[in-house]
Amino acid sequence: MVDVPEVPLMGKVKGKSGPLARRPDNSAFKQQRLPAWSPMLTANTVLPFFYLMSLICMLLGVWLLLTVQSTQEIKLDYTEAGTCDICFEKRKNSSNAAQPCSCTLVFPIKKALKGDVFFYYGLQNFHQNLRRYMDSRDDGQMVGRKKNLKDQNGLPIAPCGAVANSIFNDSFILTYHGSSGPSVLVPLLRKGIAWYTDKNVKYRNPNNDNMTLVQAFEGTAQPLYWQKPVYELDPLDPTNNGFINDDLIIWMREAAFPNFKKLYGVLYRANQPFTKGLPAGNYTINISYNFPVQYFQGRKEVVLTTLTWFGGQNHFLPVAYLVTSCLTLLMAVILTVAWWKFGKNGKRMEE
Amino acid sequence: MTVPKDIPDKWFPLVLPLKRKKQKAVNGVKSTKKRTEEERRVRANDREYNEKFQYASNCIMTSKYNIVTFLPVNLFEQFQEVANTYFLFLLILQLIPQISSLSWFTTIVPLALVLSITAVKDATDDYFRHKSDNQVNNRQSQVLIRGSLQNEKWMNVRVGDIIKLENNQFVAADLLLLSSSEPHGLCYIETAELDGESNMKVRQSVPVTSALGDPNNLASFDGEVVCEPPNNKLDRFCGTLYWRDKKYTLTNQNMLLRGCVLRNTEACYGLVIFAGPDSKLMQNSGRTKFKRTSIDRLMNTLVLWIFGFLVCMGVILAVGNAVWEREVGSLFQSYLPWDPPVDNFMFSAFLSFWSYVIILNTVVPISLYVSVEVIRLGHSYFINWDKQMFCSQCNTPAEARTTTLNEELGQVEYIFSDKTGTLTQNIMSFNKCSINGQTYGEGTDPLGPQPKVKVDFTPFNPLADPNFCFYDDTLLESVKVGDTHTHKFFRLLSLCHTVMSEEKSEGELFYKAQSPDESALVTAARNFGFVFRSRTPGTITTTEMGRPVTYTLLAILDFNNIRKRMSVIVRNPEGRICLYCKGADTVLLERLHPSNQELMNITSDHLNEYAADGLRTLALAYRDLSEDEWETWSESHRCADKAASCREDRLAAAYEQIEQDMMLLGATAIEDKLQEGVQETIAVLSLANIKIWVLTGDKQETAVNIGYSCKMLTDDMTDVFIISGHTVQSVRQELGRAKQRMIDLSRTRDGEKEEEMAGGFMENGFKEVQEGDGGGGKQLQCPPPSAPAPPSNLMDNISGEFALVINGHSLAHALEADMETEFVSTACACKAVICCRVTPLQKAQVVELIKKHKKAVTLAIGDGANDVSMIKSAHIGVGISGQEGIQAVLASDYSFSQFRFLQRLLLVHGRWSYLRMCRFLCYFFYKNFAFTMVHFWFGFFCGFSAQTVYDQYFITLYNIVYTSLPVLAMGIFDQDVPDQRSLEYPKLYEPGQLNLLFNKREFFICIAQGIYTSVVLFFVPCAVLSNATQSTGVPLADYQTFAVTTATALVIVVSVQIALDTGFWTVINHVFVWGSLGLYFTIMFALHSQTLFKIFPNQFHFVGSAQSTLLQPVVWLTIALATAICIVPVLAFRFLKVDLKPQLSDTVRYTQLVRQKKRKPVGRSVGGAWCGVGSVSEGRLGARGSRRSGYAFAHQEGFGELITSGKNMRLSSLALANFASRHSSTWIDTLRRKKHSYAHTPPSASGESSPAPSCVSVSVPPLSSSSSVLGGTQDISIEEERGAAPVQNTQAVAASPTQTPPTLASASEEAAPQALNAGVLTPAAVRAHGGDSPGGWTVTLGTVQEALFGWKTRTIASNSPDPPSVAKETSQIE
Repeated sequence: MVDVPEVPLMGKVKGKSGPLARRPDNSAFKQQRLPAWSPMLTANTVLPFFYLMSLICMLLGVWLLLTVQSTQEIKLDYTEAGTCDICFEKRKNSSNAAQPCSCTLVFPIKKALKGDVFFYYGLQNFHQNLRRYMDSRDDGQMVGRKKNLKDQNGLPIAPCGAVANSIFNDSFILTYHGSSGPSVLVPLLRKGIAWYTDKNVKYRNPNNDNMTLVQAFEGTAQPLYWQKPVYELDPLDPTNNGFINDDLIIWMREAAFPNFKKLYGVLYRANQPFTKGLPAGNYTINISYNFPVQYFQGRKEVVLTTLTWFGGQNHFLPVAYLVTSCLTLLMAVILTVAWWKFGKNGKRMEE
Repeated sequence: MTVPKDIPDKWFPLVLPLKRKKQKAVNGVKSTKKRTEEERRVRANDREYNEKFQYASNCIMTSKYNIVTFLPVNLFEQFQEVANTYFLFLLILQLIPQISSLSWFTTIVPLALVLSITAVKDATDDYFRHKSDNQVNNRQSQVLIRGSLQNEKWMNVRVGDIIKLENNQFVAADLLLLSSSEPHGLCYIETAELDGESNMKVRQSVPVTSALGDPNNLASFDGEVVCEPPNNKLDRFCGTLYWRDKKYTLTNQNMLLRGCVLRNTEACYGLVIFAGPDSKLMQNSGRTKFKRTSIDRLMNTLVLWIFGFLVCMGVILAVGNAVWEREVGSLFQSYLPWDPPVDNFMFSAFLSFWSYVIILNTVVPISLYVSVEVIRLGHSYFINWDKQMFCSQCNTPAEARTTTLNEELGQVEYIFSDKTGTLTQNIMSFNKCSINGQTYGEGTDPLGPQPKVKVDFTPFNPLADPNFCFYDDTLLESVKVGDTHTHKFFRLLSLCHTVMSEEKSEGELFYKAQSPDESALVTAARNFGFVFRSRTPGTITTTEMGRPVTYTLLAILDFNNIRKRMSVIVRNPEGRICLYCKGADTVLLERLHPSNQELMNITSDHLNEYAADGLRTLALAYRDLSEDEWETWSESHRCADKAASCREDRLAAAYEQIEQDMMLLGATAIEDKLQEGVQETIAVLSLANIKIWVLTGDKQETAVNIGYSCKMLTDDMTDVFIISGHTVQSVRQELGRAKQRMIDLSRTRDGEKEEEMAGGFMENGFKEVQEGDGGGGKQLQCPPPSAPAPPSNLMDNISGEFALVINGHSLAHALEADMETEFVSTACACKAVICCRVTPLQKAQVVELIKKHKKAVTLAIGDGANDVSMIKSAHIGVGISGQEGIQAVLASDYSFSQFRFLQRLLLVHGRWSYLRMCRFLCYFFYKNFAFTMVHFWFGFFCGFSAQTVYDQYFITLYNIVYTSLPVLAMGIFDQDVPDQRSLEYPKLYEPGQLNLLFNKREFFICIAQGIYTSVVLFFVPCAVLSNATQSTGVPLADYQTFAVTTATALVIVVSVQIALDTGFWTVINHVFVWGSLGLYFTIMFALHSQTLFKIFPNQFHFVGSAQSTLLQPVVWLTIALATAICIVPVLAFRFLKVDLKPQLSDTVRYTQLVRQKKRKPVGRSVGGAWCGVGSVSEGRLGARGSRRSGYAFAHQEGFGELITSGKNMRLSSLALANFASRHSSTWIDTLRRKKHSYAHTPPSASGESSPAPSCVSVSVPPLSSSSSVLGGTQDISIEEERGAAPVQNTQAVAASPTQTPPTLASASEEAAPQALNAGVLTPAAVRAHGGDSPGGWTVTLGTVQEALFGWKTRTIASNSPDPPSVAKETSQIE
């Protein structure tokens, strides 16, 4: 456009007049003279940083390693172990799904597990992280809002989705056989083991103010693979039923990777002989073996572990820190040598 | 009687679409009609008739949208961008439930943001266009409607209207000039806005209409114009006026084009021929070519590559999905059956491909383009705001007119510069002189502390020009004392010239010189008491030391290129005849009387001094002539003048004959004032390895002179080659010779190199650059000189300094296809290249040539319309907003008012821009790869099911909120070294030219770093978390914890990385970096809050995750570990790079750091080698220079003839009115009267007392010399001129029987048929006619040069009435 010299393409016409009317402001911002810190990678800063870094990693690594060493963990694959091979075979055939099967696993604890003992069940090769698997859930329903995903009869399934449908339904009874005395049932706390927000915010039963759960879930169907409806999940504790059942909540918190463990219970330490943890001795686990894993070539396991502030036994982190520390130290040495022998910047400039 | 206004103004924006549609329809009709519309018919004062043709109205429309159409049109335009369409496509994909791996808003939010930012920008632009359109359309003009003048808005003016223009008004449309207030229907216009030429041009109406005069007559004018259809040729118009059954030919001389300004003319009337969009101005303002930077192109390529990479990853993951579904997924079906449409793993894989395309689309960052735009906009504002690029004299800040080219400013390798107005101010100042062996003027002792005291002329001379500066009062003393030589010297200057004067009021003199040199000389004489007051064709009136003297001008021996001198022969009141001559010393010193030998030696020493200072010198001489000598010579001159053949040669011989045995008076030195800081700028730019080519339309001498004075050429140069061949062969030979010599010399030099390096090499600041880091041991460490090229290409490693000067004809040959490679290789081996006498088109061709052969970034800088083509074709065009109009500025990408700002623009802004853009791009690609590739790794663990790693809100916000601001801040504010340093160390500019900071290699490094980061970010949390539990025993391996951990680690890692990349931490950077981190945590906690979940439980699955994850020490240990693993190697790598292979910028930074720490100015000495360049070269000024004298003026031959003919004397000027009062009538009036009363007076009736100076001539087309060659090839322009010449000649022929100078003839009606008859004559016939009869007219076609640089068709009357006799006759009449 040639015809309009009056309108500048950018910037504004100012009202000022005089020879310096259009003079740009002399502000530090506009003149790009803002006070600034311009750091530079000099040997004085980088090399000490590397050594310091290495040292910190080293200390952390050692500390973590010591911490991890103090934890104990017992892992038992019970897929086909002990008497479970029968159940394993039985579950291969899906027509037997309704038939109960239980088996027993015997194992010794050589050294007492001190402190809180956590009981996990683990699954391998079970993909809770598939997109469609995760998408199939309905958090709206779980919070008690609506009922959707109708089954063949037109009844909404509660809880709906592949996650809930595939809930892990083995149950365990752990028995302690002390060297002296009778066998004692190891008491496990099965409640209060989920995230606080899950239990209290994310999962709510449908308006059960003055209705019973059965009434609240009236007109819904149970998931296809479930043996019992959602409001009967915990036969012992009526408040642990419906969507706020801890097992359900824990299962519904999908694992990020195909091999995972989920908390089953915590040792209840009020009574002897478990006040200090699990004493050494022989134990049996009575497993109600319901969950079939052979379809997807999975494994099932039980994990017993003690914890520190840092969590369960986890060797990767301290080792990673130690390795990082070593590599950083190596790098620091190389850098020092390079700087000392071949460096062009520092020395020549300072002379 | 008002013309119905079809639209009230206040509705303007609303109604525009309608109008526009209408206009479009009209245009549409026309576009179909255009092929058929062979001619345009316009009848004056007849709207009904003209409406039949549906010509465009005068309303212009440059805006693109209005309120209603904005949204659809703008969106449509935006979706034409591939990137936007791509994201739209993704959006559609996301709506398919089987594919959708992300919610729709993850794409639509960024897309909407990008679209709205662009839309806002477009809307703002369009708003300004609306405003300017409105303003232009609403300008008032006076339209003649039914006999009376009425004010109308411009947009309501129609084709066929007659409008009145007043002085200093813009011309509203393309008009046919009908009549004007000036005699002969002349009017003056300034065409600066149209073609950029600031000089005034004259337009003349057709004689018949100029007689119409007042509105009453014009109202009844019903002539019909038939002319060519609208076109964009500014210097051409072809049409015919039919009126009262007669035909009149119309040319461009009769046209006033839209955009011109009427000057010095009270009023004029014109008939609208082309209006609005049809006007030549609008036809010319075509869309400018959209320039893209090399980074843009690279970016597009890279985006394509990334896209390919994305597809590859999609394919890999899809194959993975197929395998997985077959091997594992099929077993898993009892828990997760396939969705209904999927029935086999292949189909599942197919869907998975698209799902992954959606997830991984963030590797092609949607915000890339918009961020780049924002950064460039920021850089443009910094350019606009730069106080140091503001010129306080002209109140012009620098302006980035294009916002898309900034980083290319950091990569310029070739600068093509115009000379006049760009390097020079086009102001000549009389600086020094040598009179009779005595030198005067400043600078006799450059080292001495000489306070410059301006000589005050006012007490001595009331007529002095107050603007004249001279610093040596000894000269004034010498004048006052009455030194004869000094008097003669200034008398010569006041007489020997072709300047016209204008005296507005007593003592207020204005000189109009054809070249500024002459004006400077005459002004000097004026101030020293020899005031040139006025001239007539036969006299020169001066005031000498306060006493008025009138000299009779006997002859002007005009200047031409070969003669390189001009002389006048005058008779003083005492009757003595004297010849005054000024000219180039080379020619003039040869023609001196032998007695001058001693004086000549002294004077030529002075000349050498002046020349070494880069001044333009002239030698002055005189010769007293006796009456006899004069008589004999004038006789021989007359013969020569009358000669039918070889007239030029014979005239030259005659001139030669009398310009002999002259007495030397002295010499003048004129400074062609360079713009401020040109030398330093050129020095600094060449240190930055930027090659500067000067392309000028000026003459070779001038150009070379300027080359020397701005230190592009130095006497230390090994060789300066001058290519001036006229034929293909000779040019080829000369080029070959130059090349050979370069190779030879550089071979011998290479041998001597060692000694030279050790020796006094430091004397030349430039050489260091050429030779890499030679010389001083204190010199800064800079990248080693580029390894010598393989000997296969000898021209690439020429050492030594060469310069090439090539002129227009040779260039035309050199630019031919078969020679261009040779020319390029030779020219590029030279340090300086000067092309003189080049046409605008050639300028563009040279630029294109370099673009084509060198693949280098070019920058063209110029100020005039002749630079427009060059500015447009270069990668970057810079316009100097100087005196020469705004055409160049309008075509340019950047504009400022001083050449010296170029160094700041390139070395500071360009460098920073490039650096910032490169850093920005590197980081941007890095962060997106680090972000996206995590999904890829996760694919192997989640059965390739296209599950995302992160929360969808994180994916949505990552690019636009969490990481955008710090990188934008870096892209806008980062500096590696402060601006003074980049000017001090021009070498810092080099990485940009070599494209080191962002290229494919750097890109791959970024990508690799990004992928590495993504690996760390995925596998470290994966390995840690899969076994870890919270301290409450709850496992950490759940998906949400993993997502939060990875996302947090990612944000922290990229923030640490940007912290490492940022080299300049301003407050803004701090705020943005810390703010982004803070924002991340704030937003995350907000999104994971119970409140939001309670409202939308289906949208916010992550309730409580942030809280329960980030409270775990393991998570933080994991994040810390991941960050360390990501950053430590980068840090080590960077440190090694800085330490082992430091770039110059690193070194400069380091030096500064050390300097800051030590708080003492140690570094100055280090920088000294670089800083001292200016002073080093300054110090060598006194070196012996080659003599460059020059009457090297922008002088054109034939101006003397114009003067003596009196043609160019302004009629209305007061100067002539004064003259008229003295002589009772103006000379023109005399002629007119003479035409009536003495129609056939024999020309030489005046007899003895005033021998007719036979060089008196009449230039027939008095207006044609203004024709400018704009666009179009030179061939065409020649053709056009040829076409035009006969027309003018026919007029001449038509007039000849009545002995009437045709331009003055208000072509009486009886002359018209003759003119028509004559119209059939061919030029040859005219020539023959002219040759035969003594009273006829000769047509001289100019030389080829003239053909190139403005044509002049002169018709010379060998026996025209001589002015003195006219004067006599006038008195007789009185």
